[in-house]
Amino acid sequence: MTVPGDTERAENGTPLLEVRDLTVHHGQLRALEGISLRVFPGEVYAIIGANGAGKSTLLRTIAGLHRPTTGTVLFDGRDVTRLRPERRATQGIVMVPEGRRLFGSLSVEENLKVGATYARPGPWTIERVYELFGWMRERSNQKTAQLSGGEQQSVAIGRALVANPRVLLLDELSLGLAPVVVQRIYGMLSQILATGLTVLLVEQDVSQALRVASRVQCLLEGRTTLEGEPGDLTPERVEAAYFGLGETAAGGGDAGGGNGGQPVPSAGHRSPVPGGGQAMGQSSGGGSEQLWPG
Amino acid sequence: MSLITETTARPAGKLRVTRSRRNVAWTGAGALIVVVVLALLPYIVYSGTTSIIVQAFIVLTLASMWNLLAGYAGLVSVGQQVFVGLGAYFVLILAIHGTSPFAALPVAVIACAVAALPLWWLVSRLRSGYFAIATWVLAATVMLIIERFSSIGGGTGMPLPGLSGLSSVLLTAYTYWAGLAVTVVALATMYLLLRGRLGLVLTAIRDDEVAARSSGARVGLARLLVFVVAGAGCGAAGAVLAISQLQVQPGAVFSVQWTAEMAFATIIGGLGTIEGPIIGTAVYMVLQQTLASYNAWYLIILGLVAIIIALWSRRGLWGLVDEHLHFRLFPVGYWLWPEDVSRPSRLLSRLRRSGA
Amino acid sequence: MAWVNAIIQGVLTGGLYALFACGLSLMFGVMKVVNLAHGDLAVVAGYVAIGVITVTRIPVLWSFLIVVPVMALLGYVLQRTIIQSALDRSVLTTLIVTFGLSVVIENGLLQFFTANSRAIGTDLALVRDSFKVGSQIQIGYLLVVIFAVAVVVLLGLQYFLSASKYGRLIRAVADDREAAQLAGADYRHVFGIAAALAFGTVALAGISYGMYSQLQPTTGTDTILLFAFAAVVIGGLGSLWGTLLGGVVLGVAQQIGAQINISDEVLAGYIVFLAVLVLRPQGLTSRRTQS
Repeated sequence: MTVPGDTERAENGTPLLEVRDLTVHHGQLRALEGISLRVFPGEVYAIIGANGAGKSTLLRTIAGLHRPTTGTVLFDGRDVTRLRPERRATQGIVMVPEGRRLFGSLSVEENLKVGATYARPGPWTIERVYELFGWMRERSNQKTAQLSGGEQQSVAIGRALVANPRVLLLDELSLGLAPVVVQRIYGMLSQILATGLTVLLVEQDVSQALRVASRVQCLLEGRTTLEGEPGDLTPERVEAAYFGLGETAAGGGDAGGGNGGQPVPSAGHRSPVPGGGQAMGQSSGGGSEQLWPG
Repeated sequence: MSLITETTARPAGKLRVTRSRRNVAWTGAGALIVVVVLALLPYIVYSGTTSIIVQAFIVLTLASMWNLLAGYAGLVSVGQQVFVGLGAYFVLILAIHGTSPFAALPVAVIACAVAALPLWWLVSRLRSGYFAIATWVLAATVMLIIERFSSIGGGTGMPLPGLSGLSSVLLTAYTYWAGLAVTVVALATMYLLLRGRLGLVLTAIRDDEVAARSSGARVGLARLLVFVVAGAGCGAAGAVLAISQLQVQPGAVFSVQWTAEMAFATIIGGLGTIEGPIIGTAVYMVLQQTLASYNAWYLIILGLVAIIIALWSRRGLWGLVDEHLHFRLFPVGYWLWPEDVSRPSRLLSRLRRSGA
Repeated sequence: MAWVNAIIQGVLTGGLYALFACGLSLMFGVMKVVNLAHGDLAVVAGYVAIGVITVTRIPVLWSFLIVVPVMALLGYVLQRTIIQSALDRSVLTTLIVTFGLSVVIENGLLQFFTANSRAIGTDLALVRDSFKVGSQIQIGYLLVVIFAVAVVVLLGLQYFLSASKYGRLIRAVADDREAAQLAGADYRHVFGIAAALAFGTVALAGISYGMYSQLQPTTGTDTILLFAFAAVVIGGLGSLWGTLLGGVVLGVAQQIGAQINISDEVLAGYIVFLAVLVLRPQGLTSRRTQS
């Protein structure tokens, strides 16, 4: 299965991370069906989608925390589908898990040290993380429970960075954080991305994802509904793919990876987003279900 | 197809819900016949044989109670010997005061149920492993307290009075019937409890305790009930033990070996199945009788087999029967039958194929 | 004066009980495994020490150098095999399996070594001798040494857990196993190391008790496991230093009980344990560490 637009990307070489036709079950429930994606070196690849779309499951499967029912995960051309998460981490697939998951009884510095224990050689050190996050050094002896949510997220990112990942998996960085803090975290992220790190991120906050991503894939109920580069996607199409509105989002352009022309399941009972047609990044006031926060 | 679509995509009218593939009445009739035959046994066989069967009754009763605790309520008690000991001592105390030991038996059972309440209050706040050792400490404590009273034999124990009037043949037969009655009542009580509301609540707790709590299941009460019933059952077995041994010795009746035997029999037969303890008791008796002259070897072998089964088999020996034949002697769950499928096994295999 | 003596003896015995308890506490704190074979393994260590001393004729105290590493290795292996596969199934399975191990070990010892009690190093001056404080208080050198060993072991464990690479990983895995995996740590290996530490202390406990008193096949459960557990609960679940406090409280309670009536020694300890369970279920130290 080739996706239009992939050909030019492929000029960058072989994909660093490739997922082929992945299906994952949680018990009897199918969380993902036939998902494929290719992440090339230096790319920032964003997976977007609503709650329960399967984004986190996809990331956790790539990190090795779930076993897929079928499908393969290739890293640097090698099949890692059966590898344990800790082996993948030492090979360079490092994840910042959803909800931060810091070691609560350890200090900030100890959290970073655990991250560095099995680090690959590379540019990132605890020292460099301290330089990146100015506040961290002087609070390095505090227990992480004493930190704010945004600070905890920074430590979680730092803990992943010091392992010197070849691909960094970021699961819902914005989760549970105030919009201002999300802004700041993503501001930091841009700095990190400038180092050329390959990133696969999962995000509910679409505007943040589209701002940093070089490529986007949208999931709905475990299937891909849209794929493309942010510049080529109109908000209407993203929204249709996000909510599974009537039209077949997989219709035109470079979209539709893995969907095989099947109609996208309709979710007509859900109300469309207020002011959904406006341009990305624009503020739409205080809507309750807001796809593009300011 | 997933289970969800399999069960919700069809109209509700097309599903039948039954307890079992086979008619439960057959099992009931069979059980009745078995009980009648067992009841007549003292007229047929020698007293040596009935004493061995009394031992089996004790182990079966204990195993069923431990199964109720660990297999259904998730309470791994390593201190159930406290009730064996208390049951034996209640019979002894009543017998010292002139009651016939056989008449004392039901009183001892009730006393054990009552004694279970404060003991539960002491250990109920502990979970899993700590609950296990705490019950063990309780058993040791109760034994140490009882050993302080020299009027009931102190640390060495004493013979059970009140039975000297009976001929040995009658005594053996009465003991046997007492053991049979205790076992039948214990099994019936457990079966009826698990078929009823308690069974549902316990299943809900086993699947997801938080969800069970939030949907109104009174988790604490259900566990308390199980602990009290298991206490009464183990007390009944202890009472029968005292009568069959004709003496009560603290070190023997409060021995952790009782818990080892009930736990191993349950695990080998099948934890969390009503049939399991029966099979496990059979295995236990065979091993114990064949290895009787080799001291502790039967316990060592039982322990090793229990470890192996706990690690590698889901539901013991009965689990193997169940998996291959979908057969339940005492069904407490439900089968969901689509109308167009004549055997639930086919539904099951379809579910398996669809990735269950 | 007899009471002062009882309290001093009790405090010193508390060191022995802390040795009993810290391995149990460590395994629960890290792996959530309550090892019901804990005490029986201590007895095994004692019997192995007796065997090593008898066969090789090395000085008694040297047996520690052999038995502690051997038990630590056994701990790693048991954790990586039986205990880990039990953990992979359920917590209930770990209880069944360790209880099975306990019964098998105890009856195995009974079968091979009879119910006779055995002591270690009875001819050593360290074991036999004591010194007098004032005219009525007599303190055995051995108890003082065991107490010191317990303190050193606890200090060592604390230092290891807080300052070493593996100590950090042990705490990280105890906090969040999955997050530790994402950082590249193989939690099974880390569990194995924690079990090795715990079993090392178990060996110390078993040999020490063999020198202080006598070992029988049943000592593992009716003394070591139950006292260890009482000390853990009194001191506070999952707290390393709590085990020393719990051990001391248990020891003092027992000695005071023995003063009242010599046969009430053990019972007095359990009554204090039950009182703590009722009045202060979180233990005497409310500080929460590790778990």
